[in-house]
Amino acid sequence: MTELVETSSAPALSLGRRLEIVPIVLFAAFAAAPLLAMLSGAEGYVLSLLTRVMIFGIAAMSLDLILGYGALVSFGHAAFFGLGGYAVGILASHGIEEALIQVPVALAASALFALVTGAISLRTKGVYFIMITLAFGQMLYFLATSLAAYGGDDGMTLASRSLLAGSTALENDFALYGFCLLCLFGVYAFSRSLVVSRFGRVLRGTRENALRMEAIGFEPFRYQLTAYVISGMMAGLAGCLLANQAEFVSPAFMTWQRSGELIFMVVLGGLGSLHGAIIGAAAFLLLEEFLPEILHMTSFFLAEETRSHLAENWKMVFGPLLILIVLFVRGGIMGLLRRPRHG
Amino acid sequence: MTATLLFVQVLNGLQFGLILFLIAAGLTLVFGVMDFINLAHGVQYMVGAYLVAAFSAWTGSFGWALLLALPTALAFGLLLEALIFRHLYDRDHLDQVLATFGVILFLNQGVKFVWGAAPLSVPVPELLAGSVEIASGLLYPVYRLAIIAAGLAVAAVLYVLVNHTRVGMLVRAGASNAPMVSALGVNIQRLFMVVFGFGAMLAGFAGAMVAPILSVEPGMGDNILILAFVVIVIGGIGSIRGAFLAALLIGLVDTVGRTFAPNLLRLVLDPAAASQTGRAVAPMLIYIFMAAVLFFRPSGLFPVKR
Amino acid sequence: MNVTIKTLGLAAAVSLAGLPAMAQEKLKVGLLLTLSGPSAVLGQHARDGFQLAVKDLGGKLGGRDVEVIVVDDELKPDVAVTKVKGLIERDKVDFVVGPIFSNVAVATHKPIVDSKTFYISVNAGPSNLAGKSCSPYFFATSYQNDQNHEVLGKVAQNRGYKKVYLLAPNYQAGKDALAGFKRHYKGEIVEESYVPLNTLDFQSELAKIASMQPDAIFTFMPGGMGVNLVKQYRAAGLADRIPFLSAFTVDETNLPAQQDAAIGMLSGSNWAPNLDTPENKKFVSAYEAAYNAVPASYAMHSYDAALLIDAALKATGGKTDDKDAVRAAIQKAQFKSLRGDFKFGANGFPVQDFYLVKAAKRPDGKLQTEIVEKVFDDYTDAYAKECTPTN
Repeated sequence: MTELVETSSAPALSLGRRLEIVPIVLFAAFAAAPLLAMLSGAEGYVLSLLTRVMIFGIAAMSLDLILGYGALVSFGHAAFFGLGGYAVGILASHGIEEALIQVPVALAASALFALVTGAISLRTKGVYFIMITLAFGQMLYFLATSLAAYGGDDGMTLASRSLLAGSTALENDFALYGFCLLCLFGVYAFSRSLVVSRFGRVLRGTRENALRMEAIGFEPFRYQLTAYVISGMMAGLAGCLLANQAEFVSPAFMTWQRSGELIFMVVLGGLGSLHGAIIGAAAFLLLEEFLPEILHMTSFFLAEETRSHLAENWKMVFGPLLILIVLFVRGGIMGLLRRPRHG
Repeated sequence: MTATLLFVQVLNGLQFGLILFLIAAGLTLVFGVMDFINLAHGVQYMVGAYLVAAFSAWTGSFGWALLLALPTALAFGLLLEALIFRHLYDRDHLDQVLATFGVILFLNQGVKFVWGAAPLSVPVPELLAGSVEIASGLLYPVYRLAIIAAGLAVAAVLYVLVNHTRVGMLVRAGASNAPMVSALGVNIQRLFMVVFGFGAMLAGFAGAMVAPILSVEPGMGDNILILAFVVIVIGGIGSIRGAFLAALLIGLVDTVGRTFAPNLLRLVLDPAAASQTGRAVAPMLIYIFMAAVLFFRPSGLFPVKR
Repeated sequence: MNVTIKTLGLAAAVSLAGLPAMAQEKLKVGLLLTLSGPSAVLGQHARDGFQLAVKDLGGKLGGRDVEVIVVDDELKPDVAVTKVKGLIERDKVDFVVGPIFSNVAVATHKPIVDSKTFYISVNAGPSNLAGKSCSPYFFATSYQNDQNHEVLGKVAQNRGYKKVYLLAPNYQAGKDALAGFKRHYKGEIVEESYVPLNTLDFQSELAKIASMQPDAIFTFMPGGMGVNLVKQYRAAGLADRIPFLSAFTVDETNLPAQQDAAIGMLSGSNWAPNLDTPENKKFVSAYEAAYNAVPASYAMHSYDAALLIDAALKATGGKTDDKDAVRAAIQKAQFKSLRGDFKFGANGFPVQDFYLVKAAKRPDGKLQTEIVEKVFDDYTDAYAKECTPTN
């Protein structure tokens, strides 16, 4: 019980450039999606779904940064979602709708929260770390439910989306989509450069063997805390975007179930590749959205009543699907992509 | 009045704590001995409650229902072990988390599929249906006292099993060094099965015991699972003694704190602010408590030496 | 692999969006309800009520064949927002019917109303949607959230209770409930006790109640919390000594679990299964035959929602293009509501009667709520005057 993550999944470096095709295809697909959305005739719906995918992709990627590269399993990551969302919501309710103010405030709040809770949490290891981050997440959740002035448990609706440098451009679904894509790409590029930097190598070193890192003169705590703060800020940014996408914030953003979902997205996609987290988020959300319909469509040979019964009980299919993925596909969806190349 | 209230609260705290202990005991053993994170432990508690509801509707007797539910819960636990969990022991923790989460999704929906979404009810057994008057006008149900007694009895049995039997010795040895136990020629696979089945049965027992006083509904195991994790982490993973103490502490902090937090705050704040803050703080108490414990003892109160 | 998933999703969206264009004639109604999690039973009543109505109306609403699309909001407001966008833009529904919970209503109100789709609530009636944020596209066949609580406040006042103990979960709806109770109750409140949401054990509160000896308690404990509170209140021997007034706590969704413990407990409602109108009798027996459960008010509201749509579209000749005409037709719709008297106020919420109801056992052994007395006649909610329909 010393390491939480097996040390085998040494990321992309050794497998070389061949895998670079995955993120390229991924971002190309995101860039092309608006065109398809226009063709579908339900552009608002498709865009809002894919915007959610990208937002959760950012959050999952932020978690992958500390989980996949630092073996720090944060079970309270949804708290940053909430911080970002509430920064937007609370400022907007006081008439400050400018994203250029909201986002920095959200990032600062996330950084501060991550700094304080991270400094305490990092005293612990393994499952104790999981549970202490859960504790801080829960505290923030209950704090949000008690904010009567901001809707308490019901949350609050935003009057409009954030202004961007004074313009109302984000009201347009395409513009919001584009903005989220830009954020996703920015966060991805930043994270990539971070993990290949000296900082990233030290962070991976702390995952492999903290003692040795200490022996050669690095203080793991400082690196881990920095990574935790950066990760928290990224998730906070995702929270700002989610508030704008849903035009709504509520404590439901930061339940422990939501934190759990983020972990599942990362594991589902495959640890320690960053774009794996985005793919995991996409797979999770799209399955959640379409599994009922897929079940309904593929069971056309059954009676209508049984079919809608099946669609309603989609979780009875989703659950075993997750189990099967774990049992038979090592390393999540990225593992599945990697395998045939190995021959 | 305050003294009676405190007394009632302590009783409630004890009862809640002992229920938590029944669930946490299995969880901490499975985690400590097998190094296996079983999120599906909470649904085993739910399954226990549903089984007792189904059997008591069938037999019309709580006693018979309990007798039938326990072996069924055990069999169900072993079935899950053989079908799924066995293949996860050598995986890393995150794989275990993901797969057992899949089990939660399936079973939460599954009980709804079989028994419907509406909460089920189990009548309190005739024999224990009465109440005792513990203060003027306040009756305390005998059944709750029975839960306390049953919880203490299970704790005592566990203490003897773990500390004074051969299996118990192996379990303790397994908690501190499983590969070594295996190297010494013990059939570790069988030991795992015993531990797992026993843990599942304890969780099922907890579910069965609370069925008459709480509502039996899909998802009832989710929140209790989180609390059980809080308990085993505070207690120190793998430590039955730690789980026992931590469960009682959490039970007391939650129930007693809920009532007295506003009263205490009233000493430093005006009544309106105290009640407002008290309401906000009350649900956070156990988490604040856990964070504080882990701050000072990063491996829980009774870390198992390894 | 990721591409496959994505294009699969898009293909599904594209194909599903493409289909309805051909079948223009069908009326589409989206049901947005909570169908998973511990509160799923409320959503099931509403879904079944609506589908029963569609069946009773021969599969047609306003003379048009109808397709009912049921989606589960999972009680997550942000999930609900995306599902609603799917209903509106992909499925092109003409009406959204639902939801159960106020937080879902608040979150989905804007996207639905902004798209000029009619939104008919079958339970949630948060105060801002009845007042300041009211919309010409939002109607409720239920009530404003406070009203059932007001019934009990009025009853407590009428019966001359001097001291009342209040108990609610610590969240917005809980606070609103107690505020609603206090609107008509002017006596002493010995304690306002808030417990954390999803509390399952009430022994400490019961101890306080026993020691304070109030004339009555009023509580709002929906779902599993209500099941537990009622059973524990009975077991503590308080039920026969201190009257138990509640709303959304003792109803047909909880009674199957509360059983005999609930008998005699009082509640406030705009309807009860034994309400004596021929339509209601027929509805209750048909519902029981089809779904093997006594219907709760959620089923009634949603049955009425279908009748409402049917009546409104009959008035417009089945047309839904002219929004103003549809709105006027809904506002004035003539249909036989299961609850008897029914008309809409200016804010889109009903002006209706409210009753004190009591849980009772029927001769066949099933439990239901039954009407004790009428408390309010043609009652308008307290927020209607804040509503100035502009947009």
